[in-house]
Amino acid sequence: MHPAPSVILFTVLSGLGFGLLVFLGIGEPEVTGWTAFWFFLIAYALAVGGLVASTFHLGHPERALKAFSQWRSSWLSREAWAAVAALVVMGLHAAAAVFLGVTFTPLGWLGAALSLATVLATAMIYTQIRAVPRWNQVLTPLHLVSASLAGGALLAGQITPASVLLLVAGLIQVGHWKVGDARFAEVGQSLASATGLGAPGRIRAFAPPHTGTNYLLREMVHRVGRKHARKLRALALTFGYALPLGLILVPGAGHLLGGLAVLSHVAGMLASRWLFFAEAEHVVGLYYGARG
Amino acid sequence: MTCLPARTDRKLGLVIDLDTCVGCQACVVACKGWNTENYGAPLSDQDPYGPDPSGTFLNRVHTYEITPENAPAQIVHFPKSCLHCDDAPCVTVCPTGASYKRAEDGIVLVNESDCIGCGLCAWACPYGAREMDATARVMKKCTLCVDRIYNENLAEEDREPACVRTCPTGARHFGDLADPDSAVSRLVADRAGLDLMPDLGTKPVNKYLPPRPRDRWEDASVLAPFLEPVADSPQGFLGWLDRALERL
Ligand code: SF4
Ligand code: SF4
Ligand code: SF4
Repeated sequence: MHPAPSVILFTVLSGLGFGLLVFLGIGEPEVTGWTAFWFFLIAYALAVGGLVASTFHLGHPERALKAFSQWRSSWLSREAWAAVAALVVMGLHAAAAVFLGVTFTPLGWLGAALSLATVLATAMIYTQIRAVPRWNQVLTPLHLVSASLAGGALLAGQITPASVLLLVAGLIQVGHWKVGDARFAEVGQSLASATGLGAPGRIRAFAPPHTGTNYLLREMVHRVGRKHARKLRALALTFGYALPLGLILVPGAGHLLGGLAVLSHVAGMLASRWLFFAEAEHVVGLYYGARG
Repeated sequence: MTCLPARTDRKLGLVIDLDTCVGCQACVVACKGWNTENYGAPLSDQDPYGPDPSGTFLNRVHTYEITPENAPAQIVHFPKSCLHCDDAPCVTVCPTGASYKRAEDGIVLVNESDCIGCGLCAWACPYGAREMDATARVMKKCTLCVDRIYNENLAEEDREPACVRTCPTGARHFGDLADPDSAVSRLVADRAGLDLMPDLGTKPVNKYLPPRPRDRWEDASVLAPFLEPVADSPQGFLGWLDRALERL
């Protein structure tokens, strides 16, 4: 799939923002006053910034409100509802913490649950698509949720949860790649099944249906060099998970190392998310003679 | 509403005969011609006369080569447009309700004034039947020529999809696939019509008729029998020559 910068930024930034909101909601750290103000500011800047970035890939962003209408069937619509609900509930929670200096635990937990639901709904948008076998697997929601929680814990400065979550998220990331690499073959679609021309014998694409390129090829038949991908995976693992883990485990690690850990994590996640799209093979490629 | 109707009274769709299609692209042109000036936004082209042309089409014809065992290779032209699936994944993913499947005849349509151009429906379609128009920035797809098939301003014989009407070989058939006695349903039954990627659970309404088995090497040419060697060991003068040369 085409790795559009707006969608990569959206999933990485709002994943981090909602991850941080989860931790602020459950009171890890329990903050009030100015400290709370800065924490919530960062969380909202990331979450809302990501959502704004996502509207850049819409053809008609001015109609975005219509996207709230189909929550009965559409994960994208559910995501919109969950995001707004999470931002409103956490906004009330934040106002109480910043201006009144009090925390309403149930409200915080509700906000945390809604924030988590938002990330899960985003993940389901990709997971549900059977035409992209690499995404259509159990580890996709686990990967996106665990990465968001790890980033949130890191931003919240929660050393122990962050260490555990970085380790777990890193393992799930590797699992997602490994399972993902085999998914296309496992789903078993081929040019023969795509055309129904399997029985008469071997089949190959002989001439394309159009001379130039088109929307389908631009959007869904992206090709990444295998060597390229291997290097990026190594970078994503190192900067996204291993380096931040090492940095926060340094005894007495202060804000400087913590800040570096966050930057490294964001860089790693950008690489990981680029691969998430670029490596995802859509079955429509078969009609164009791509992927056996 | 992007929930799918529990059932549709009719299942209007196309039956495409891969045995007859000669890949002339007439349906591609007729489809673009009709649909660029009727239902919804025009089908735009980008850089049409320049070095990098590209544009929106609702129907495209691929070409494949199949090599049966013990028979010469065969070229198969393969027209592809929306299959108006019964379990259309493109409809349920749509957040705005712009994509919908009609309960009365099963046609899958996009209400362009509701479409936010998110492109999710094109991702969900396994067949590449949806294209986002680069100028109008809304999703375009085959409408089954909904503005022809019920159009009383057109002559009776023109009330069928533009691609069907134009096909010079009659390779595209239009009808109700829910009615087992319709001409299209009988074609599907007689010719073992099949679904594309049935395992993906989309339950396409459109069906494809596979090419009939064609040439075999034995009857590749009517002259073939005359080209067979007349005798394995030559007789008479040729036989003498053969033996003489052998001895040299
Ligand atoms: S062919 Fe594609 S666009 Fe048409 S109904 Fe099926 S899934 Fe939807
Ligand atoms: S591109 Fe338009 S029709 Fe397709 S899912 Fe998005 S809003 Fe719905
Ligand atoms: S039915 Fe109409 S819109 Fe669909 S492919 Fe044929 S001409 Fe195009």
